Amino acid sequence: MNRFDYIRPASVAEAIAAATEPGSAYLAAGTNQLDLMKVGVARPQRVVDISRLPGLDRIEWLADGGVRVGALVRNADLAYDSRFSQAFPGVAEALLSGASAQLRNAATVGGNLMQHTRCAYFHDLASACNRRAPGSGCDAREGENRLHAVLGWSEHCIATHPSDFCVPLAALDAVVEVESPAGRRDIALDALHRLPGSTPERETALAPGDLIVALRLPAEAAAFSAHSRYLKLRERTSYAFAVVSAAASLRIDGGVVTHARLALGGVAAKPWRARGAEALLAGARPAEAIFAEAAKLALAEAKPSGDNVFKIELARRIVRRALSLAGEGTPQVMPALPASPFATVPGAHHAA
Amino acid sequence: MSLSISLVINGEPRTVQIDDPRVTLLDLLRERLDMTGTKKGCDRGQCGACTVLVDGRRINSCLSLAASLDGARVTTIEGLAEGDTLHAVQAAFIAHDGFQCGYCTPGQIMSAVGLIAEGHANGDPERIRELMSGNICRCGAYQGIVEAVLEAQKTLADQAGRDGRRNAA
Repeated sequence: MNRFDYIRPASVAEAIAAATEPGSAYLAAGTNQLDLMKVGVARPQRVVDISRLPGLDRIEWLADGGVRVGALVRNADLAYDSRFSQAFPGVAEALLSGASAQLRNAATVGGNLMQHTRCAYFHDLASACNRRAPGSGCDAREGENRLHAVLGWSEHCIATHPSDFCVPLAALDAVVEVESPAGRRDIALDALHRLPGSTPERETALAPGDLIVALRLPAEAAAFSAHSRYLKLRERTSYAFAVVSAAASLRIDGGVVTHARLALGGVAAKPWRARGAEALLAGARPAEAIFAEAAKLALAEAKPSGDNVFKIELARRIVRRALSLAGEGTPQVMPALPASPFATVPGAHHAA
Repeated sequence: MSLSISLVINGEPRTVQIDDPRVTLLDLLRERLDMTGTKKGCDRGQCGACTVLVDGRRINSCLSLAASLDGARVTTIEGLAEGDTLHAVQAAFIAHDGFQCGYCTPGQIMSAVGLIAEGHANGDPERIRELMSGNICRCGAYQGIVEAVLEAQKTLADQAGRDGRRNAA
């Protein structure tokens, strides 16, 4: 780790003023940032510790039924908040399927949104990586790329965004509140993360010094609470990033899907909203055939970026299964293995 | 850059001067305070050997800057036993062979203490396995670990019940 100056500002305004200086980086819990600093991928000259900024650790319910979650609320506190998990069960399930209990106790909402790809070439300073060192090339293209992107990738970068939390947030039209030297603005979560194009180093829509202060979920998102699931396929039972994942939310009235929301994780450099599939489902009776068609449509533009053509069919199946489970209804209690396609009945032994 | 960090470690107030903000909580405990019960495994938040409680919550001490935790209460494996009387989780790990080489054990035990306090497992072995997945055991003592957590949870609940009745009486 390089040497750095450590400062702990007392207010959001002070934090932004400090972080606008070149070479600065925000630090919240550090579960991703400190890890990247240890391997030398992040080398800030100045660390701006925002972990104790006042007023950013609250879950506030809005008059219209929406919710505003402070950027410093810890992942575990949000997932286990009973009102939040009842209103947005798919979001809670995604949170609980991510990382480990220790990491969820520390990691913040804002930090989850701002985490970097887990592409091994991004993390390895000896490898070429356009995302880390613009213009250096992409060693993943000809390397170990089984888990890389199948949607929205470019010749410059085939990395995926690792967040589970962001997948249902994209599906449910979450909005990010950003504070900057010029004032406060809202960014749709779906527009926060960028596809790589020819500038993969520009990972988000944020400018230097911009600080995420809160996340909002609109009241309409809570209308899906009876039929919301997150499903995530991993290479081991627990504590692993998604190979592919899907967040599916339905509103069913009189045996007909009136509204559908669908997003995929692990397939692109951003959570992948599947609006075409949503439109197809609206007005249909929930059934396997239409779910399969929606899954096909969601992956219609997918193409392998390497040794990962299997992910396309896997993603179709996860979408279909997530829609099917959402159609059956949100479980009364959180599954013992949140988001797992291999979940057994609660309490039963699982061959780990 | 010199920083003064005040922590309450296992109930004892400690103030430490550090000359470098790069020091993690794990390195502060092991290298500056000679508290080597907390283990360094991967140093990347992937193995759980460094698990401690900060303000009552289990976290990976390798991924926390000590400077960032100024003012916090920290509980490590050294703070569990009362004299020669082991904590219920420690006793249960011995009774159920919840380890072989022992390197991951302080982290496993601190994680189990945190898990029981969180109260989401409700005696369900599958939930315990899931909520302990942040602690890797290369010897593969998982069966004993789950049995130990189940028993410790029950022991602590019985103790709390007795204390509750005593207080009510």
